[in-house]
Amino acid sequence: MNETKTAKGNRVTDERPWWDTFPWWAAIIIGVLLWMGWQILTNDNYELAWDRIIPGLSLTISATIQAFAFALVIALVVGIGQMSRNVVLRTMSRTYVEFVRGIPILPLIFTVALILVPEGTDAINGPLERWFGWELKLSFMMRAIVTLSLIYGAYMAEIFRGGIQSIPPGQTEAGRSLGLSRHQTMRSVVLPQAMRAIIPPLGNDFIAILKDTSLLSVLGVLEITQRARQFSASTFKFREGYFVVAFIYLVLTLGLSVLLGLLEKRMTRDRKGER
Amino acid sequence: MTAEHTPAPMIVLKGMSKTFNRTIHAVRDVDLEVAEGEVVVIVGPSGSGKSTVLRCVNLLEIPTKGTVVVDGFDLTDASTDLDHVRAEVGMVFQQFNLFPHLTVLENITLAQRKVRNRSKAEATDMAMRQLDRVGIPEKAEAYPRQLSGGQQQRVAIARSLAMEPRVMLFDEPTSALDPEMVKEVLDVMLELASEGMTMVVVTHEMGFARAAADRLVFIDEGEIVEVGPPEEVFANPTQERTRAFFDKILY
Repeated sequence: MNETKTAKGNRVTDERPWWDTFPWWAAIIIGVLLWMGWQILTNDNYELAWDRIIPGLSLTISATIQAFAFALVIALVVGIGQMSRNVVLRTMSRTYVEFVRGIPILPLIFTVALILVPEGTDAINGPLERWFGWELKLSFMMRAIVTLSLIYGAYMAEIFRGGIQSIPPGQTEAGRSLGLSRHQTMRSVVLPQAMRAIIPPLGNDFIAILKDTSLLSVLGVLEITQRARQFSASTFKFREGYFVVAFIYLVLTLGLSVLLGLLEKRMTRDRKGER
Repeated sequence: MTAEHTPAPMIVLKGMSKTFNRTIHAVRDVDLEVAEGEVVVIVGPSGSGKSTVLRCVNLLEIPTKGTVVVDGFDLTDASTDLDHVRAEVGMVFQQFNLFPHLTVLENITLAQRKVRNRSKAEATDMAMRQLDRVGIPEKAEAYPRQLSGGQQQRVAIARSLAMEPRVMLFDEPTSALDPEMVKEVLDVMLELASEGMTMVVVTHEMGFARAAADRLVFIDEGEIVEVGPPEEVFANPTQERTRAFFDKILY
């Protein structure tokens, strides 16, 4: 009988040892971040990389916030547009979303920034100049923000649509049967409930936009990734340049994740036991 | 059809049919009049279309043929303001459909304020009176999730009553309840019936039908098979389908 035993201890217990439940991943990441921070503070090469890259941080952050803000507006309009009773509105929304979702970000950035934006501004600049003596010229930074907004507008429209559609139809029926209009039912009954399903994935997309601003380096926008490229290319200190930029992204995204986690925790606590 | 129609009928369904996807005939050619103050109970096998008939009365389901007239308003006429008529027709659902993000009080005051344009004080006053009526005034500040099923359904009834409707529709109001909570809801409905509310009730509670119904309507395969006073229909069904149905469910 004894030879059938392969492990020690008793299975019938709900106590697991501390090392089995300890969040090792967090410890490892914090360790790496501390090590990087230490390098930047004490190692001249890392310090040099840091000094050259960090001025791009304001561009990274402002591109993220602006793109997110524009994308939110697009997403709300398109998300609700997809559920519209108007066939033209519905078709336009759906087509836009499917186009954008089906094309990778990098070719989209080139398409929008190098083709659509210049041709669009060319088309309206004739009349603009004739009537106002003024031309619309979008910097590469602005083109980049337009592109990211269009891309994430489509992604986030799906979040809005999904959130609204996750509310059981009985809620709308109850609102309508009380005499509330479609609009009143959407505003007072459906949207407040849908926000709970919408906010967490919107937060994730905010983080995704932050990371995707790195792609703007292909347009020569001097955000942190572009600065890391330039630093590394001119000094051949690839390790320092890319480690530092990765460190900055990690600090930002992990910080945001923690904030988002707290927000979600609060929201799930509020709705405990809800149907 | 023995019920006398003294006042103008509150609900008139004429030649009403509902087809889903052009192929599934949920309701076929239904004619039904409900007088003011009358209590009509609709019974029938599941999938027979009885809920669809009820949902067509306030146009939650849009009939594919026929007319629906409620309180003199032709709801199937595109020029009729549906929201206006719906405010006069209370509806109670199987799944309660309380608004989970609002308190009981807010559930009851929302439509009063937005549709009836009542002040907060008026709406609250009315809400408390209705909560008293259904017997749970102490739950005004609770959220729906903190209530039992029976309490939730009573709040849903109070929410409808606060709009002072002319008609109340009940779509299997006790079917989602634990057995021990069925009576508290039926008691509220019975009292409402005795106060003269016009009611159309889809239910499987034959005891309630016996106690409250002026007329019993038996629906099968989307058609009205038999209509009559409940005692008569229970005791001497004239149609074979009705008899077969009661044989299956009456114990």
